[in-house]
Amino acid sequence: MGWNLVRIWTVLVYLFMFLPVAVVVLLSFNASQFGSFPMTGFSFRWFVELAQNEAILRAFRTSIVLGLLTAMISTTLGVLASLALVRYRVPGSNLISTLLIAPILVPEVVLAVALLLFLNFLQINKSFTLLLLGHVIFTLPFVILVVQARLVSIKRDVEEAAMSLGASPRQTFFQITLPLMLPAVLAGALFAFTISFDDITGTLFWKPGGVETVPTQIFAMLRNSISPEINALGTVMIVMTVGLPLLGLAIARQVAKKSGG
Amino acid sequence: MSVEAREARQPWILLSPALTAVALLLFVPLLFIVVYSFWLRTATGADEVGFFLDNWQEALTDAFYRDILLNTLKIAAITTLACAVMGYPAAYFIARSKGNKAILLLLLMLPFWISYIIRTMSWINILGVSGAFNTAMMALGIIDEPIQMLYNEVTVILGLVHFLLPFMVLNVFVSLDGIDTNLEDAANSLGATRWQAFTNVTLPLSLPGLAAGGLLCFVLGAGTYITPLVLGGPTDAMFANLVFEAIITQLNWPLGSALSLMLLVVLGALVLIYNRYLGMAQLMKGLG
Repeated sequence: MGWNLVRIWTVLVYLFMFLPVAVVVLLSFNASQFGSFPMTGFSFRWFVELAQNEAILRAFRTSIVLGLLTAMISTTLGVLASLALVRYRVPGSNLISTLLIAPILVPEVVLAVALLLFLNFLQINKSFTLLLLGHVIFTLPFVILVVQARLVSIKRDVEEAAMSLGASPRQTFFQITLPLMLPAVLAGALFAFTISFDDITGTLFWKPGGVETVPTQIFAMLRNSISPEINALGTVMIVMTVGLPLLGLAIARQVAKKSGG
Repeated sequence: MSVEAREARQPWILLSPALTAVALLLFVPLLFIVVYSFWLRTATGADEVGFFLDNWQEALTDAFYRDILLNTLKIAAITTLACAVMGYPAAYFIARSKGNKAILLLLLMLPFWISYIIRTMSWINILGVSGAFNTAMMALGIIDEPIQMLYNEVTVILGLVHFLLPFMVLNVFVSLDGIDTNLEDAANSLGATRWQAFTNVTLPLSLPGLAAGGLLCFVLGAGTYITPLVLGGPTDAMFANLVFEAIITQLNWPLGSALSLMLLVVLGALVLIYNRYLGMAQLMKGLG
């Protein structure tokens, strides 16, 4: 009896998590001109309008460029640091780990204010650069956590075997270590991209006037009025941020299968 | 240089870019706003460099800030409690389910990938004047006029619970999953009922996960300003809204610095207390 109650409770919790989001997707196909209930028919009109909305397209471009650059920088920094922490015995590694994940232990609002004021003092005003630096520092801890967790599972034996067969440290890194690390690197990059693409808390502080990312664009649209395009935009974002990682997961699984993993 | 010395230097070369980034983009800026909070915004709009206590006096003694700080902590506490009550049984179910554990876990990860702003605004589609609830109630003839249920403290908490619940479920799941089920069986065979076995064995062992989830819910909940802006009314500002207001709207950066630091001290103290008793490792398990 008790177990069934837990089961029903769990179903309700999952419904609570997903029902509102499902309604967003449902309404994005609503033919009604108000973008709300009742559903008057099935239509792609809001997606068409989305594709013709210059401001939204611009926001998408900004978000994608920002996300890609953030992922590149943050993954590079994160992978190097993770290698050091996993592969070497560093004195004070606990303290270093804590310092490196500090950006997510500090409330994001506080991080946003501190960075904005300090860089402004250094004559770096609200700009794409500030936005990029902010996203890098905010995503770095996540990359380090993810990459570190996966690096631990790579055995050193293979590298030592390569070295003992005469490979130089450089050759060993590029031909053995890097390919083995690739899933971890990609996972870190994907994580950084997704977090950057979704971020609004810091972004609203750092973005220059007139520049919008997709989340800040949605936020601005919400403040004006509930435009029906928002649901369509939401659906596109869900497809991007859920579909892409799932695709990545599927590819990773295929690759693992092929390499006999 | 000897091989050992090179070997010893290597990790520092690898670490230096990340450590430099964290130092220059987090720690120095934090120290900078400590200094900035003692400057003064003048009537002309320029910030006067100096050592003024005005901002701190205003932030610490004005009842307006104190009340909103207390209200923010109250909202975060209710949110955390609701997440625990809703999330614990769900996490228990996932940890103990046999066949569909993988799919339940995958579903649990999905909300992390769905944009926060979309999940927040999705409640407008449910509770808004022309939302699902009102439409259904009117269609059923239960009400004649749509009821405005949005833009109050309850909907702010609802939005926060919706946003933070996955953090709680995930953390509790991680600790429940690490408990040997034989322990419960042993308790049962020694005469404990299933409920007794749960309350005396499983629940205490899962407390670290519950605490980690609770800390995340509380700190993330208390630091938000987006949810109150989207789902709250004009009087539902949380403390982070005051920071946003001071920095972005009023451009009073010295006062904004002081308010930011207040938030940092209050929430940072919680993180430190947590770290003192439970350590960061538990928290990282859920995040990694």
